[in-house]
Amino acid sequence: MTCLHLLLTLVFAVSLGTPVEIQRPRGVPLTKKQFYEESKPFTCLDGSRTIPFDRVNDDYCDCKDGSDEPGTAACPNGSFHCTNAGYRPMFIPSSRINDGICDCCDTTDEYNSGAKCENTCKELGRKEREVLQKMAEITKEGFLLKQQLIEEAKKGQQEKQSKVTDMQENKKQLDEKVEALRTVKETAEQPEKEAKERHLKAWEEQKAAIRLEKDKAKMAETFLELDDNADGFVSVSELQSHAELDPDADGTLTEIEAQGLMGGAEQVDTSTFESVWPKIKDKYHSEVSREEADISCLVRCLLCLCVVQAQPTIKTPEKTHEDEEAMPPYDADTQALIDAAQKARDDFEEAEKALREMDDQIRNIEKELSFDFGPDAEFTYLYSQCYELTTSEYIYRLCPFNRVSQKPKYGGSETNLGTWGSWSGPENNKYLLMKYEQGTGCWQGPNRSTTVKLTCGKETVVTSTSEPSRCEYLMEFTTPAVCQEPANIDPSPHDHVEL
Amino acid sequence: MHKDALHGKWEHRDIHNIYGLYVQMATAEGQIQRSGGVERPFVLTRAFFAGSQRYGAVWTGDNAAEWDHLKISIPMCLSLGLVGVSFCGADVGGFFKNPSTELLVRWYQTGAYQPFFRAHAHLDTTRREPWLFGPENTALIREVIRQRYALLPYWYQLFYQAHKTGMPVMRPLWVDYPKDTATFTIDDEFLIGSDLLVHPVTEEGSRGVTAYLPGAEEVWYDVHTFQKHNGAQNLYIPVTLSSIPVFQRGGSIIPRKDRVRRSSTCMENDPYTLYVALSPKKFAEGELYIDDGHSFNYDTKKEFIHRSLTFANNALTSSNLCPDCNFLTSSWIEKVLILGASKPSKVLLKMDGKETPVDFEFDTSMSVLTLRKPGMNAGADWTLKCLMKESFVNIPVGPSYTTALISLRFIPFLRVTLKALKM
Repeated sequence: MTCLHLLLTLVFAVSLGTPVEIQRPRGVPLTKKQFYEESKPFTCLDGSRTIPFDRVNDDYCDCKDGSDEPGTAACPNGSFHCTNAGYRPMFIPSSRINDGICDCCDTTDEYNSGAKCENTCKELGRKEREVLQKMAEITKEGFLLKQQLIEEAKKGQQEKQSKVTDMQENKKQLDEKVEALRTVKETAEQPEKEAKERHLKAWEEQKAAIRLEKDKAKMAETFLELDDNADGFVSVSELQSHAELDPDADGTLTEIEAQGLMGGAEQVDTSTFESVWPKIKDKYHSEVSREEADISCLVRCLLCLCVVQAQPTIKTPEKTHEDEEAMPPYDADTQALIDAAQKARDDFEEAEKALREMDDQIRNIEKELSFDFGPDAEFTYLYSQCYELTTSEYIYRLCPFNRVSQKPKYGGSETNLGTWGSWSGPENNKYLLMKYEQGTGCWQGPNRSTTVKLTCGKETVVTSTSEPSRCEYLMEFTTPAVCQEPANIDPSPHDHVEL
Repeated sequence: MHKDALHGKWEHRDIHNIYGLYVQMATAEGQIQRSGGVERPFVLTRAFFAGSQRYGAVWTGDNAAEWDHLKISIPMCLSLGLVGVSFCGADVGGFFKNPSTELLVRWYQTGAYQPFFRAHAHLDTTRREPWLFGPENTALIREVIRQRYALLPYWYQLFYQAHKTGMPVMRPLWVDYPKDTATFTIDDEFLIGSDLLVHPVTEEGSRGVTAYLPGAEEVWYDVHTFQKHNGAQNLYIPVTLSSIPVFQRGGSIIPRKDRVRRSSTCMENDPYTLYVALSPKKFAEGELYIDDGHSFNYDTKKEFIHRSLTFANNALTSSNLCPDCNFLTSSWIEKVLILGASKPSKVLLKMDGKETPVDFEFDTSMSVLTLRKPGMNAGADWTLKCLMKESFVNIPVGPSYTTALISLRFIPFLRVTLKALKM
């Protein structure tokens, strides 16, 4: 009987051209229709109770699971199905029925609230189809680009891999070379060192001899100066005339002090003066050379003033002592050894430097290879690229697998918003999110970090930057590498008749 | 400003403290003028004075996410209620610093049972929206928010009374039990109106609380389990993170809107559930106040409903407390729960001269009678009669009458005896 009824309704409705709704209690989806048979008492879908059918949608909650009131707000946990012909069917919580807010586009959730809702399903459907179409296009093109990227990445990978192997080989050779040169260097350095030492020793001895000579000369000179009366002896009184020799620095050189300096003697001759000389030579001020020094100082100062741009080769010795002469040059043999050793050293350092560079290069390539560039290495092309986004205040820069930074547009230093951490997407696809961490610290807050959200797009570009939580940034980034294989969607715009 | 600076004739020292009141007052009056004198204003202020309750709500200011601050929100608002400022609350979760998950949940539970309920935080704190702490904690917070929304009719009617009489909405126990000295020092427990006793959990890692149930002649019903407890006792209650000890006084009727909605505006036409908690003498009373919720028409045009609900002699009656008021509502009564009831044989709804039967269920273990969908309009006059099993005691019978009955029987016997004794 009911089947006939149904058929007639169908025919009638179809002839009118209206979409057909199969009879069922308000809010019940087609998939659950079989549980709501009018002619039978209703059993709650969780099996807890059976109630007369007129208590379904009677605006009183009888079932614990809310299944007797899909079409009213009586139960707190009910579920209402809106058909939304022209758009997508939807389930909304039953608590949204007749609350004055239009939730379903086909207005079926507000049938008794006085709220004036408009049926917007067609419009929404059209818009969504547009969006889906656009997305499908982008996905298709993006996917093609992705295939290209994968190809290039594969090639690049192979190249790099072979390069690394080559370099490893070279490195081994270099290693050996370096070791060989090291031995050569050490062998050369040994005799060089010895020769140099000998030379130095000779020079030191020479210097000592010269100094001794000079000292002797000075001593003789001083003796002559002190010997005022030129009697070949320096007496206590003659010594006393040089108050600067005062041993206890009280300003006066007493007779006793002077005698003490002379070793108890009344006077000394040139030979005995030798014992006195060491005690006074440091303090002794030469009478003659003082004046001379004054004059020569004056003359030199004048010279200085006149000849401002003194030639660098002019030495202006300040010391009144004899100059320290420069060490004489090495003799030919020693020089030869030095040259040989130097060459060995140069060769060695050159080789070492080359080795270090090779090492660095290998490490860089290995680091690059170690990154997770996606299951098909589709993200490889992002490495060592940087992408910028300029907002009203800042320039944001994303260098994938490296770091994220922010720089004020009108001058100021860069702030580090995080360095490469890891892929941090959800379990089913971790390549949807990147995490950059341990950026510059925030005052009384965390270290800055950035999450980069990747979406499918034809271009590789940063589309937005925001700060959803203090010092935790979010960047939206489109790249073809994230485009999935497009499914075959049929975007034909016609209403589906509810079956 | 110098204390002796002059404002007209007045020295600054005389008016310094009422500045906050004037700012709130001016703002409220501005809002009223903006709507042409029609719409009620809402102005929240942190600075206030005696009389500020006329102009809006207050809150306790910049607190911190600490358990001590949660605890102290109760005595702070109790004190303010006593000086007339009922609409009081604290920032849920604490303003400064970051609350632990447990503290946040407990604060939502406490704040939901205080007059002004709002979560708030300093800009530099980490995000603490209630859905950011995992599904279990989201469910706990959602549950307590639903409890508050369900009680909005009760809160609203208490605010109407505070508006008329000044009685605090959230009050210390001693206000209703001034002779019970055990209530004098209690500041971790409070009454909402006379009928709801709340002892929120404010201790970290708490496994139990001891709540004092006042009134030697009272009984108190746990609102979640309907378990009955006698008054004048310290009740130890084991608690979990989901527990909020709340009790309804036996002898009270509290209207609730139990339907889940996204906002109070959506609740406007929803039906009521009446919770009738019977006193030991099987009596209860309560009120129902309904107006349009946003305009001054309750005052200028008497557009409101004010009803008195009484349960006595096994009948629940709704009578009009304002016969010359005129307000219509589409809200109806969808359920009546009677706590501490006995099982009736039949229940009848008497309205407009007609009697219709009402379906019911009786829970023997908890003595709870549930009347299913009586369906009357919340603004109508009606009576729900519970007919008990046929017995002698259909008419109210007191001890004196019984004695009379018995003694009447005895008199002939006495006469015979006296005669026999020749007295």
